[in-house]
Amino acid sequence: MKILVCISHVPDTTSKINFTDNNTKFDTNGVQFVINPNDEFGLTRAMWFKEKQGATVDIVNVGGPETEPTLRKALAIGADTAIRIDTEALDGFQIAKELSVVAKEGDYDLIIAGRESIDYNGGMVPGMLANLIGASFVNTCISLEVEGDTATAIREIDGGKETVSAKLPLVIGGQKGLVEESDLRIPNMRGIMMARKKPLTVKEPAGASAETAAVSFEKPAPKGEVKLIDPDNLDQLIDLLHNEAKAI
Amino acid sequence: MSVLVYTESEEGKFKKTAYEVVSYARGIADMLGTTVTAVAFNADETASLGTYGADKVMHVKNDKLGKFNANAYAAAITQAAQQESAKVIVVSSSANAKYLAPLLAIDLQAGYASNVVALPESESPFKVKRTAFTNKAFNHTEIKTDVKIVGLSKNSFGLKESQKEASEAAFEPGLDDKHFNIEVKSVDKAKDKVTIADAEIVVSGGRGLKGPENWGMIEEMADILGAATACSKPVSDMGWRPHGEHVGQTGKPVASNLYIAIGISGAIQHLAGINASKTKVVINTDPEAPFFKAADYGIVGDAFDVVPRLNEKLKEFKANNS
Repeated sequence: MKILVCISHVPDTTSKINFTDNNTKFDTNGVQFVINPNDEFGLTRAMWFKEKQGATVDIVNVGGPETEPTLRKALAIGADTAIRIDTEALDGFQIAKELSVVAKEGDYDLIIAGRESIDYNGGMVPGMLANLIGASFVNTCISLEVEGDTATAIREIDGGKETVSAKLPLVIGGQKGLVEESDLRIPNMRGIMMARKKPLTVKEPAGASAETAAVSFEKPAPKGEVKLIDPDNLDQLIDLLHNEAKAI
Repeated sequence: MSVLVYTESEEGKFKKTAYEVVSYARGIADMLGTTVTAVAFNADETASLGTYGADKVMHVKNDKLGKFNANAYAAAITQAAQQESAKVIVVSSSANAKYLAPLLAIDLQAGYASNVVALPESESPFKVKRTAFTNKAFNHTEIKTDVKIVGLSKNSFGLKESQKEASEAAFEPGLDDKHFNIEVKSVDKAKDKVTIADAEIVVSGGRGLKGPENWGMIEEMADILGAATACSKPVSDMGWRPHGEHVGQTGKPVASNLYIAIGISGAIQHLAGINASKTKVVINTDPEAPFFKAADYGIVGDAFDVVPRLNEKLKEFKANNS
């Protein structure tokens, strides 16, 4: 089985979010970048397919040279080869279109992406990619097994889950549940040394254009002070929730 | 060139978000000086969409579409959009809507902005405000394509009445086997439980509750308020509660009217996931817990003392106000 894992290079979950250039650009100053958490669950599931079912695992990212440390980390976790499509990531459509070229060339059986990146939260790349290459698609995937040419997946739905089966090739939008948090791997020294020798191919972009543009950013208005309520005066809380917040 | 809106229903009954997306679509249609066409699948009472401004309802009645199917639904909406020459398509932010919107975007060669929180700021360029960085910021996005898809964040626009006719017309999309390439084997969904996605109120517990055996009072509060239960990441990681209840950056997002956090310190990843909720209440023993900075109302106290007493008060309140 040939697997491709799409890796987004995103600010760490604890990052302070600020903007520069008159609020038109994300301020990367002092920000630690990581593998997008939703992608990392998928990558770790791919390692399981590699170890248990002999799959090969390639990873791919659309971005500039600054994303390479993130790709090296994914290689250190155990991916076999990396591809970086050398262009600035502009929007979900452009990324999906660029990825579709690599996906078609590699003729993959399974493509694992995260349900969304934690920076722009677009949540559109996996579905667009699947549609562009004519593959099956399961979103918000929390469990995945492959047997021959058929995948069995569990999809998280509002209020429950749904078990589905689909023929390969398949694209999933994955998330936590594909593997447990405790299954995530921290690269060891051997993995890091090996990752340095693994191939990381820089690929010319196809030149796909974006359909949307992030024009500017703003931060939410600062929140007012919390109203503290005496634990011995719970009637006050109920009164505030009912009359002030109109929440109950 | 109407505004087309996908109205979700379950077992024939429209979801509240269906009325919210119709209200929003009405707002856009008024900006553009056009009409609102809703697409509904196997729904009852399509006339109710008229209350929120739908001029017309294209009603797909097809037993094969009894269960949601992203490919087939996307194909049906695509064909409806083409027939209507729709320039703007509005969908919600439910799991199902987020599943089909990217498929729709490719089929219609439409730019798609998800998590949108307000009516477009301008018509040309078509610019919308959306959340980004998991609610830590907003992002103004321009959709540059001729046909545009807007994914509306739940509870961001609300319900706005605007009586229109909602004349119903049957719509039969052309579907073939390739639209049914994902086979649903089974659905596992709690029947009488409010889901986090649909809930107006969410009651959430954290590590401060010390163990899964102490969730009775959380469930009791949820029962009294008709709320959904949720939990923090460590709680689901330790297996105290099912993963489906984990809310936060890597869990489910919450955009309820009221979010009550009990024994949750408020890590930045947790706050990001629940920030879109309108009113936030925290109950925690530690006055330094970061959640107090994000909450509207706070009680510094021990959950084991406060929550049972609060439940009694809430019961009393409900008895007097229903």
